[in-house]
Amino acid sequence: MTNQAWETLSNQAVGACGVVYFLALLAALAEWAIGVGARSRASAVNAGVKVGPGVESADVVLPETGSSAGPSDRALMLGRLTLLLTIIAVGVHAVALLGRGMAADPHRVPWGNMYEFTLSGTFVVAAFYLAGYARFKLAWMAPFVLLFVVTVLMVAVLWLYEPVSPLTEALNSYWLVIHVVSAVISTGAFTLGGLTSLFLLLKTRWPSATWLQRVPGPLDLDRIAYRMHAFGFPVWTFAVLITGPIWAHEAWSTYWNWDPKEVWAFITWVVYAAYLHARSTAGWRGRNAAILALVGLATLWFNFIGINYFSSTSQHSYAAPVEPAAHSVLVLGRT
Amino acid sequence: MTDLDRRPGELTLGELLRWTWRQLTSMRTALILLLLLALAAIPGSLIPQSDVDALKTSNWQADHPTLTPVYEKLGLFSVYDSPWFSAIYILLMISLVGCIIPRCLVYWRALRAQPPAAPRNLMRLPDHLDYPVDEPVDDVLARAAVVLKQRRYRVITAADAVSAEKGYLREAGNLLFHLSVIVVLVGFAVGSLFGYKGGVIVMVKGGFSNTLTQYDDFDAGSLFDPDRMEPFSFDVKGFDAEWLVSGPRAGMAHKFDSQLTYRETPDGPEHDYDLRVNHPLKIGGTEIFLIGHGYAPVFTIRDGDGNVTFQGPVVFLPVDQTFRSFGVVKAPYAKPTQIGLEGEFYPTYDYTRATGPFSAFGNALNPRVSLLAYVGDLGLETGEAQSVYSLRKDGLKLLKKPDGSMFRVDLGVGESVDLPDGAGSVSFDRVERWNKIQISRTPGTGTALTGVCLALLGLLGSLFIRPRRVWLRARRSDGSTIVELAGLDRSGGGDVGAELAAIRSAMQTAGADTELEEIS
Repeated sequence: MTNQAWETLSNQAVGACGVVYFLALLAALAEWAIGVGARSRASAVNAGVKVGPGVESADVVLPETGSSAGPSDRALMLGRLTLLLTIIAVGVHAVALLGRGMAADPHRVPWGNMYEFTLSGTFVVAAFYLAGYARFKLAWMAPFVLLFVVTVLMVAVLWLYEPVSPLTEALNSYWLVIHVVSAVISTGAFTLGGLTSLFLLLKTRWPSATWLQRVPGPLDLDRIAYRMHAFGFPVWTFAVLITGPIWAHEAWSTYWNWDPKEVWAFITWVVYAAYLHARSTAGWRGRNAAILALVGLATLWFNFIGINYFSSTSQHSYAAPVEPAAHSVLVLGRT
Repeated sequence: MTDLDRRPGELTLGELLRWTWRQLTSMRTALILLLLLALAAIPGSLIPQSDVDALKTSNWQADHPTLTPVYEKLGLFSVYDSPWFSAIYILLMISLVGCIIPRCLVYWRALRAQPPAAPRNLMRLPDHLDYPVDEPVDDVLARAAVVLKQRRYRVITAADAVSAEKGYLREAGNLLFHLSVIVVLVGFAVGSLFGYKGGVIVMVKGGFSNTLTQYDDFDAGSLFDPDRMEPFSFDVKGFDAEWLVSGPRAGMAHKFDSQLTYRETPDGPEHDYDLRVNHPLKIGGTEIFLIGHGYAPVFTIRDGDGNVTFQGPVVFLPVDQTFRSFGVVKAPYAKPTQIGLEGEFYPTYDYTRATGPFSAFGNALNPRVSLLAYVGDLGLETGEAQSVYSLRKDGLKLLKKPDGSMFRVDLGVGESVDLPDGAGSVSFDRVERWNKIQISRTPGTGTALTGVCLALLGLLGSLFIRPRRVWLRARRSDGSTIVELAGLDRSGGGDVGAELAAIRSAMQTAGADTELEEIS
């Protein structure tokens, strides 16, 4: 296949996986709606009958799977459909990434600019969702993960798209693979963890809201969120504080430049460190820790997209116009 | 003074100090300091920092005359070595040390401690289960000890119960992580105190030797000693770059390659090295990086008397990706008046009425210069420092054509032009190239890297090792033995239920095995 063919394939695959993600989202929303309808009827019945002693704690009223009435066959079918569509979409998404990498001459990993980084980031979020689907019982999360992935993919295609091009010189290093892959992986884990923390907050605020009945109880949410952050944090440490500095040292002679991108990566790291500490500090557990996790997520995504619009400082910006682009591309993925 | 003299709430100095220490080393304070550190780092990413990008900072300061003095007072142009930023991280470090040292002592004792005796009522623990078996109590306990030891618990058996604990390394990981943070900071501090970083523009075919005076810009830590600079020298023998002529990145150069020959000491042997991006040259503790390149047009200037007053390459600084470059030529010895030129160099000259002259490509395919000429006093005798990249125009007069219209020195290679008013002539002989080389020495890098790697190791331990206590009690009841099993997760995150179920099934499998052995 020619480079052009690979690039076309990649573009078509991005479009296709967007459509399939969207169909999956529709299925997930339908399942959610049926579930909520069924359960609100069921809880109305329960409330009328006043089922004896078991109804003391919120956890009993809202069992973790939310299956008090037993999900209807249609809801089950839709749930399976959502999962199937998501799996297909992730597969097509992988093809899109592969095509991006094969289209470049020489072949390379598909994260040379913002568009490609976003493509990889959304892929990792979706793939992690599938990986944790059974282990953490993440079915309830489907509409939100899919909504996130569809939205971000759309942003990528509409505003961030760039044709395939060779890497700038400073990017041309095997550290690109190690550094960026670890950053992307932790971004995926933090995003899923942040979503879970968001629902922890909602669930704590409105423990018996009908539309939140599918969501697990606060204790489970807290544990899932912690697991995801605990996975993401060491990987982020590796990306930002080990491979980043090593590469920066090779490319620009200083391992830490206080470049805005580095500063924000450091801020993200500090906030997540605070989150981990907060979880074991009296008075900060639960709600406050969840808020910290969301702050961390906000700094993470701000660093990825937002900082580009506030600052374009770069250490080599006047003497050598070839390298400065490299710096911003390197860390920002922007050309 | 007796206690009666004291008003409520009054503290002695010692008590006050102890109270302050306790506050400072509490987890809550550490958390707040962490958040403050994150918050304090923000301004430095939004406001240009003088030690990151001096040029951008001075431009910003020129654009914001009212804000600049305020920001300067607050140290906002060098946030990361400002007193308030330092205050936060120093407090954080004190808090960390104050928290970690006592915990190390506690951990040292806990390491050698035996698992605690079983609580009286195991069924009151949040995670528990019980099941009946037929065997006598002692057999059950003995097997429990074996099973738990296989699962890497530290086990102690009492009369009716077994206590077990594992996951001691979690706290070790935690402590290792926090101690390593200090190691990283030490490494970082050594680097910024003893290290230096300097840049120099070296002409291709030119050379450099590592002494302070040779640098164009130089930034050193406060304890840096110039006598300890390594006495190497190098020559740039040649420089290649490949230009992309098609595709979306057309116009971009890549595969920069600067061919160096270097000597580690003045009388040492010569070595060759291909200096490339991402491929620095290391000499002793000093590293040499290729970070940029550009063009230096070679001029010959004759003065009004007809004598050659200037000849040589002049470094022009690129202003964009097409290597349109800006530069200044000064001829202070020209008679009767000094001559100054200022303007642009275009490696691939092109012109449209709409854009004026521009460079179509970064490679030097059709090089041209377009300069304005000045005569008068260049201001070099005043003793004031002057940039080689700018002209001080107060004492200078812009040269115009006799008819009063604009005069420009527009030259291609090999061309020359006479200046108006008999001031002299300028010829553009050829184009040379230069490399921007960055040279830096950062001691303590290895320490910092080791520290970060140890921190990561500790982090993994503290996040993924689960400290657990498990108790198993067996008692006779109605002719059978009731086994009670309970556990406690001391990290507050793991599911002990699953672990208990696993222990139970291991016990039963082991039981079945021994029964089989007894039968056979």
